[in-house]
Amino acid sequence: MSVRPQARPAGPKPPFWRDRAKRALLFQAVLIAAVAAFLLYIIGNTQANLAARGITTGFGFLTNTSGFGIVQSLIDYSSQSTYGRTFIVGLLNTLLVSALGVLAATIIGFTVGIARLSPNWLIARLASGYIEIFRNIPLLLQIFFWYFAVLQALPSPRQSLSLGETAFLNVRGLFLPEPQFLSGFGLIPVAFVAAIAASVALVVWNRRRHEATGQRVPAGWLSLGLIIGLPLLVLVVTGVPVTWEVPELRGFNFGGGITIIPEFLALWLALSIYTASFIAEIVRSGIQAIPHGQTEAAQALSLPQGLVLRLVIIPQALRVIIPPLTSQYLNLIKNSSLATAIGYPDLVSVFAGTTLNQTGQAIEVIAMTMAVYLTISLLVSLFMNWFNARVALVER
Amino acid sequence: MTHNDEMIPERPAPRLTVGPLAWLRANLFSGPVNSLFTLLGLYLLYVLLTPAIQWALIDADWIGTSRDDCSREGACWVFVNARLGQFIYGLYPGDEIWRINVMFATFAALLAWLAIPRLPFKRWVAQVTLLVFPVFAYVLLYGGHFGLPVVETHRWGGLSLTLILATVGMVAALPIGIVLALGRRSQMPIVRSVCVVFIEFWRGVPLITILFMASVMLPLFLPTGMSIDRLVRALIGITLFQSAYMAEVVRGGLQAIPRGQEEAAAALGMGYWHRMGLIVLPQALKMMIPGIVNTFISLFKDTTLVMIIGLFDLLGIVQAALSDSRWLGFAVEGYVFAALMFWIFCFSMSRYSQYLERKLHTGHKR
Amino acid sequence: MSEQAIDSQAGAATSMVEMRGVNKWFGDFHVLRDIDLEVSRGERIVICGPSGSGKSTLIRCINHLEEHQQGEIVVGGVPLTQDVKRIEQIRRSVGMVFQHFNLFPHLTVLENCCLSPMWVQKKPRREAEAQAMQYLERVQIAEQARKYPGQLSGGQQQRVAIARSLCMHPEVMLFDEPTSALDPEMIKEVLDVMVELAHDGMTMLCVTHEMGFAKTVADRVIFMDQGQIIEENAPDPFFNDPQSERTQLFLSQILGH
Repeated sequence: MSVRPQARPAGPKPPFWRDRAKRALLFQAVLIAAVAAFLLYIIGNTQANLAARGITTGFGFLTNTSGFGIVQSLIDYSSQSTYGRTFIVGLLNTLLVSALGVLAATIIGFTVGIARLSPNWLIARLASGYIEIFRNIPLLLQIFFWYFAVLQALPSPRQSLSLGETAFLNVRGLFLPEPQFLSGFGLIPVAFVAAIAASVALVVWNRRRHEATGQRVPAGWLSLGLIIGLPLLVLVVTGVPVTWEVPELRGFNFGGGITIIPEFLALWLALSIYTASFIAEIVRSGIQAIPHGQTEAAQALSLPQGLVLRLVIIPQALRVIIPPLTSQYLNLIKNSSLATAIGYPDLVSVFAGTTLNQTGQAIEVIAMTMAVYLTISLLVSLFMNWFNARVALVER
Repeated sequence: MTHNDEMIPERPAPRLTVGPLAWLRANLFSGPVNSLFTLLGLYLLYVLLTPAIQWALIDADWIGTSRDDCSREGACWVFVNARLGQFIYGLYPGDEIWRINVMFATFAALLAWLAIPRLPFKRWVAQVTLLVFPVFAYVLLYGGHFGLPVVETHRWGGLSLTLILATVGMVAALPIGIVLALGRRSQMPIVRSVCVVFIEFWRGVPLITILFMASVMLPLFLPTGMSIDRLVRALIGITLFQSAYMAEVVRGGLQAIPRGQEEAAAALGMGYWHRMGLIVLPQALKMMIPGIVNTFISLFKDTTLVMIIGLFDLLGIVQAALSDSRWLGFAVEGYVFAALMFWIFCFSMSRYSQYLERKLHTGHKR
Repeated sequence: MSEQAIDSQAGAATSMVEMRGVNKWFGDFHVLRDIDLEVSRGERIVICGPSGSGKSTLIRCINHLEEHQQGEIVVGGVPLTQDVKRIEQIRRSVGMVFQHFNLFPHLTVLENCCLSPMWVQKKPRREAEAQAMQYLERVQIAEQARKYPGQLSGGQQQRVAIARSLCMHPEVMLFDEPTSALDPEMIKEVLDVMVELAHDGMTMLCVTHEMGFAKTVADRVIFMDQGQIIEENAPDPFFNDPQSERTQLFLSQILGH
């Protein structure tokens, strides 16, 4: 039997404004017209304004010489470089502080979140104190605090705080020794990669063996030992082919070694500490979302505590934790734009700030900046949808 | 076989399992690792708190008028004291400050009315708060009518500006958010896509770029010769930003209302706007309040960003005061004061939203 | 399973579970008062009583989901102490079925059943799965093995939970109100499985209000109130001629209508 579309009920045709389908069409047409008219109006105004100010539109300015320097850059950059390169430098700096921020916020957040659930009353209270203090104070204020009240109050380079005369902290930033690799050092990355490959093989072998015989070795610990031990072993065998260039005081500042500018330190600290307080809450509520019956059932099956966590609690808690966690990561990336307030050269600071002021290309610059963040947001949401679809619990 | 009708009397638990000692054992010293953690925690508290208390309370200077009155080792609260008026009212003329006070007192009274569960006429008060009060507040603060002298917006600042930005942003964003959320659930594909694009766009970019856009691009969008106040530009940016987040809160609230409610309303012959306005939204709004409070907290913190485009909110004015040559070197005091202000507002609001959530949950279980 | 149960019955003359003078408090609240209970191998015991009488707490003490504060509990000849290894050893010989099933929602039915055999008893997957399928067939749910718990009805989930416990080859099974969370039409399918288990000679302690089940399979019915054992007797005299006033009252309340 074929399914035929149902005939519309007979009767006098209603006037078009009462016909549901037509009314929807009409409404949407009006909406499109309104949005289009609004955009046209804005575009017209903008063109008139730009013409009045003598600004030419287009992305030609990206090839012009910028004429300003940037204090921290992951690629070669000088005041002779183009605005296009400025954009790349800013983008890389944003990604750098975001990546390190995500890393630190995750570590602090998970530690505090788990501590919040500790059976130790004092530890749990301390963790909740951390959460309540840091998430209720504006991020910008925290950035200012670290930058102006802490890092700018540090002594001058001559009176630096030093860690065993190898690392120095002063008002100009943190100065760390820089490794200088001698010939033969190349073996160590090779050993490291080999150790990782061996660990992966070990984990796979261990899983197969467990499936086949039920026996297991502690693969996690063995891998950790391998990954740390093997490069160390090679390091010792090859006679430690590395020297450290220790920063030293030259005139009024330190030279040599790695310099971490105070703007980066302040932004990174504030972003990590602030975001960690939200991550801690997510971790806590994610673990608490797992009913206690799950633990009891696993215990009744005589699983030891470690396996209860690994096989029952963590896999379920991660499903709850990961979606809000990724949106916190996204927030962190967006919040890294506050860099501009203390002059850390991120995308917004060097591009939507300095470049915009110098060129006056407001539309292009803001559009490019927003496009970067929108792209990141889009990628993260795509990941989240994929993840949710993958791990969603099958329900009836 | 056996039976025993005699009641075994209730006995107190063995001494080591109840009482303060048992509490200590169970919660602080239940094993060697736990005891170690407790000692570490105590040490951490000691290391953090003693110098903080020493600095902020014991060694602090409280009274005086200039930095010369700050002779002791600790905090110089004299600085905050001397600048308190500015921190709260910005550069608003001294004789007119009563206008800000009256405005906030009225607002606080209205809010208190709405927040206390027992008081009647909620609907009326809510409408007055949302419709009449903004006009009243604007006339009172800006002046120019009823013999009130005009106070230009560049003189507004401090905590009062922070509160104004946050509340105006919130109140303006709520209706836009509702429309966007309804649009996102619409059956009409074009309406839905327009709303989705709008929401995701503003949620996808940092507030700072929106504020930059509002301050440098917005003037370009207007007809030549027309200018727009800096504060209004910031408010437009904040409202657009906030409305996207609000839309998501509203959507969450709408999703929590069972489909049956809308179907029942449709079965009673109600049209779309009646179904939404009379049946679905009033129920959903109740569910949304905790979410609304939470986005308000975020917005409240985010208003600090307006200092980057040159407005003097609480943080902005504290930052400006720090560079006053007569008061150099009191950054920590200034930040601690601002942090404390923000913290008190945010913490109490988050507690309120948690209370509401608990109330909602119990309401549902019934 | 039944062979093993008979084997162990023949092998050890001692009782399966012994509780002597067990007391437990929740904070200041005295939940278990001087409990003395001895369960022989192969014995089926039903525990009933009003809510809050401590009956769930009693059986949860046996596999140390709750910790008792005074008295002695011996399971299969092993005294229950704080020693983690010993607790795990006892839990291996004690199966438990919960009121709310507590299946692991992120694992399939089969994976739920293989978890303990593979990780605790260290069996190869093939062996664990073959044995799990056997038990799933026994509870008549083998065709659902690849599904997730969320896709099953309450009765089906509870039968999976029983199979999951049986996969550890327990010597005694604890049932904590296994049918209380089920819709009426699903109670029977779970009770049928439990009756069959009882006929195979499994030692069972059941907290339940299913008096029909108690009459058909129980060797002994225990009535608890306010944390103490008020009356224990074979089902016939227990139901027909209760000695204690409180037992009479309770029975009239649950059988009266």
